[in-house]
Amino acid sequence: MQSGTPTYTRNIDQVNAQERVTKLFSRSIKKESKIVALNTVLSMIDLTTLEGKDSQGKVKQLCYKAAHLHDQFSNLPNVAAICVYPPMVPVAKKALNGTGINVASVATAFPSGMTSLDTKLEEVKTVVAAGADEVDMVISRGKFLQGEYDWVSDEIAKVKEACGEAHLKVILESGELVTLDNVRLASDLAMAAGADFIKTSTGKVSPAATPSVVLIMLEAIRDFYKQTGKKIGMKPAGGVSKAKLAVQYLVMVRETLGQDWLSPDLFRFGASSLANDVIMQIVKQSTGVYQSTNYFSID
Amino acid sequence: MNKRINIQKTYKLYIDGKFPRTESARYIKWQDSKETTLVNVCRSSRKDFRNAVVAARNAVNGWSSRTAYNRGQILYRIAEILEGRREQFMAELTLQGSAKKQAEKEIDQSVDRLIYYSGWADKYIQIFSRVNPVAMPYFNFSYPEATGVVAATAPEESSLLGLVSIIAPIIVGGNTLVILASESRPLCSITFAEVLHTSDVPGGVMNILTGYRSELLEHFSSHMDVNAILYCGSDPEEIRLVESNSALNVKRPVVYPDQDWSKEKAQGPYHIMKTQEIKTIWHPIGV
Repeated sequence: MQSGTPTYTRNIDQVNAQERVTKLFSRSIKKESKIVALNTVLSMIDLTTLEGKDSQGKVKQLCYKAAHLHDQFSNLPNVAAICVYPPMVPVAKKALNGTGINVASVATAFPSGMTSLDTKLEEVKTVVAAGADEVDMVISRGKFLQGEYDWVSDEIAKVKEACGEAHLKVILESGELVTLDNVRLASDLAMAAGADFIKTSTGKVSPAATPSVVLIMLEAIRDFYKQTGKKIGMKPAGGVSKAKLAVQYLVMVRETLGQDWLSPDLFRFGASSLANDVIMQIVKQSTGVYQSTNYFSID
Repeated sequence: MNKRINIQKTYKLYIDGKFPRTESARYIKWQDSKETTLVNVCRSSRKDFRNAVVAARNAVNGWSSRTAYNRGQILYRIAEILEGRREQFMAELTLQGSAKKQAEKEIDQSVDRLIYYSGWADKYIQIFSRVNPVAMPYFNFSYPEATGVVAATAPEESSLLGLVSIIAPIIVGGNTLVILASESRPLCSITFAEVLHTSDVPGGVMNILTGYRSELLEHFSSHMDVNAILYCGSDPEEIRLVESNSALNVKRPVVYPDQDWSKEKAQGPYHIMKTQEIKTIWHPIGV
């Protein structure tokens, strides 16, 4: 194994990836393990609201929810972070003061990324100055698909520089990259350019996080770790709304990357309605009774 | 040459407008009394029930907001399709032990019962609504609305007429339904699902499971997302279970003791009201 520049892989076996996903997803997690898994999922959630209609009230409500998932159950963990649009960062920062929950902000002209580099860097600096602990950037998919990989890589590196202390998550928007080969290449580029996390999607494009895309990205992280010794985090986002699927992803992470990655420091779920479903499953496990959304907070 | 290979039907469940096998992969062997036919009937698990409730919950808004007239049309359509499937039901009812004449009568009555409730679709609300005199400047009125998701166990003895007599008043009132078919006579119920499937009934409005009542009743009655439970039978233990579990989320318990479903009193608008809630509106008016 040589260190230094990582080698890029572009020969993904799609059928094999599908098979591996099917195999990993068929594993059954029961009883105590299931409860541990569900609690772990909760602690990994980036509770997200990314809509044009987001108001201060909506963000405050979400922040309250982040710190009070289901008060009837006192020992539930908090979610990892709140993910909002840049103008909402100060609101979220204030609302989450003292809770230990991070504020993540999308930036770089989310979700399309279609603006000048200067504007993007300015936006990143603004959100970091406003107190964002984590920045979720989008890559320029147009440039990537045109083959201008160096341009894409440089852009990520500059955004990373602008982030300073803040963690950088790089959104590949796999739904627009079309092939698994592209996903793998974009993952390698992003990690080499300084990403702390790689993230599947914005949630605005369909398909969002698909299991095979997540697997390919996890494998990219594994290979990068073997080559450089650096642990990069992973965040599937969009389309993960059921507890069952989230637990299946944990299995995939455990089997691909090992125990170290089963932590909010290295694995996150970007989701808005996942938390409630997970809590409903936890309550089901403890009461034995199937639950109704009527008795939980509104997403 | 030899005679043809016998093609037998696979009896599956009916959930969300689809015919899945049970997720548990279990089955119950069902045989007619003359041992001519052997059928593997799905033995539903609590997870099948859970999936059915999710489907029923998703279907509530769409179904209850259809016009009463349209729900009546769809019920009439079910009757039409049932009429056309007469032969298949005849065969299954006789396999299940009915005499030919008896089976004939049961199908006739089932079709008639659907037509009967189809007629009530846009009438029961007038009958059971009222304007209430109040000593304040309000126009005050009450009318019935669908309860929501109903879980039901079908009558054990009457596998077609009993099933229809339970289903029709529940759905004509805008509810959605998960029903457990007769344990000893399950064949008609799944064939009836095929009738529903071709009758413009939206997926999820009616979901039919087969399996053991003793295994599933606990979950039928305790599920927090079920708004009413309808139990057919006379077992005091089971009735107690249904009624005490209903208290968990204050679901409406309805009990139908074993009875002859061919009788006149087995139908009527009051059966619709068993799964309706009364909404009262205080509408301000000028003095």
